[in-house]
Amino acid sequence: MIELFEQYGQAYLYSDGAGLSGLAMTLWLFVITMILGFFLSLPLALARVSRNLWLRWPVEFYTFVFRGTPLYIQLLICYTGLYGLEVVRDHALLDQFFRNALNCTLLAFVLNTCAYTVEIFAGAIRNIPHGEIEAAQAYGLHGWKLNLFVVLPAALRRSLPAYSNELILMLHATSLAFTATIADILKVARDANAATFLTFQAFGTAALLYMLLSFALVGLFRLAERRWMGFLVPARG
Amino acid sequence: MTTTAHALATAEPTPRSRPSPRIASVAADATVKLSVADLHKRYGEHEVLKGVSLQARKGDVISLIGASGSGKSTMLRCINFLEQPDAGVITLDEQTIEMRQGRAGTRAPHPAQLQNLRTRLAMVFQHFNLWSHMTVLENICMAPRRVLGVSSQEAEARARKYLDKVGLPPRAADQYPAFLSGGQQQRVAIARALAMEPEIILFDEPTSALDPELVGEVLKVIQTLAEEGRTMLMVTHEMGFARQVSSQVLFLHQGRVEEQGSAEILDQPQSERLQQFLSNRLK
Repeated sequence: MIELFEQYGQAYLYSDGAGLSGLAMTLWLFVITMILGFFLSLPLALARVSRNLWLRWPVEFYTFVFRGTPLYIQLLICYTGLYGLEVVRDHALLDQFFRNALNCTLLAFVLNTCAYTVEIFAGAIRNIPHGEIEAAQAYGLHGWKLNLFVVLPAALRRSLPAYSNELILMLHATSLAFTATIADILKVARDANAATFLTFQAFGTAALLYMLLSFALVGLFRLAERRWMGFLVPARG
Repeated sequence: MTTTAHALATAEPTPRSRPSPRIASVAADATVKLSVADLHKRYGEHEVLKGVSLQARKGDVISLIGASGSGKSTMLRCINFLEQPDAGVITLDEQTIEMRQGRAGTRAPHPAQLQNLRTRLAMVFQHFNLWSHMTVLENICMAPRRVLGVSSQEAEARARKYLDKVGLPPRAADQYPAFLSGGQQQRVAIARALAMEPEIILFDEPTSALDPELVGEVLKVIQTLAEEGRTMLMVTHEMGFARQVSSQVLFLHQGRVEEQGSAEILDQPQSERLQQFLSNRLK
């Protein structure tokens, strides 16, 4: 057991000698996925509830595809499938992008979490009381100002619980990254297991690290809910 | 039909109607602030407004009364285009809102004119429609800051001034609307309207969603505003209040202005409909 940590402790936490690994790599994957997925999902969620069919339908199709297929298959297609196409290999920029395993993994993760997040935010936008939108219009807010100052703040606050759930699922889904040779927590655990045959300890350590991250995430969201969802708690019972 | 609306059009009151001196002078008066002429609105087969008109001079308090379904709220909502009127002319300070062909064959107001109109007309809603995720202070500061572009200090100063005016304590500023009573929420909504320093305030049944014991505090605020000489249009079911503050009363029935005049028409209604309406109310 001590031996395992002496040999793999550093790899579990931040570096396997060749670069970022373990906890640090998982965090990196997660944070980048979360940030890109979040900002991409905002305009798409607005498009998703738009009255304009040409805005709404493509987004609806996108979320249908990415919520309708397993993340693992999406990762396989991004990592090996696309590179198998001649068009991609012949295009200098695409070739460079898809040659990198980390790029492919991030692409799959971002597209996947974004699809779920779009649906969460779009649902919250639809749930904003109509009178509040009407009041904003009556006071001269329209277009991007209406969205930026009223619609999105109202929707994001209301979707905090559902969104925190999606992020925890996403965090756990990053453990698929090892299949694309990314040295995340699970990859280190598999290496440690293969070298030492301490199966329980190797995977148990990985599980503890994921749990640690989840708890931190839950704690952060609890703070966020206290800060931003206070408006929903009625004073009188 | 004994409507003074028609009398106005000919500028010759029929003997049966008794237009108040104030109303009679409107046609000749050049200081008409807001004029609404021949407004039509239909939802599918149902024609809600069949050509209604009104003229508000500066300082006028006009009450729109009538049974539910008579079109009074729709008329008010057409004035700031929360509903798009199918026909009719709306003129603010002698500037007529130009109607254009909008999406899907609907008529829509000229965007810049609409924006201008909405910054000058503030609205108070039946169900308050405060932004529930913002504090009272944020609710009041939002439109002045983001629409009028006043500085945040100026917006906050305005907010505190008008909160005080509607009789809310300073500590209410940091509360969320859900933590306030209905009467307090409606007073915040009035403060939100005042913070725009509007030329006209539209009240859409401001006390209809309130518990009876909370109606008084809101009416008191509205009365103060009336006494200050603010121009206001108010859809209301509070006949006693309408009688007290109105310079003009419009009685709507089935999408038409059935009777119109000074607050006295509530005491001496000329049309059968209004007599009926009032006697039903007093039962």
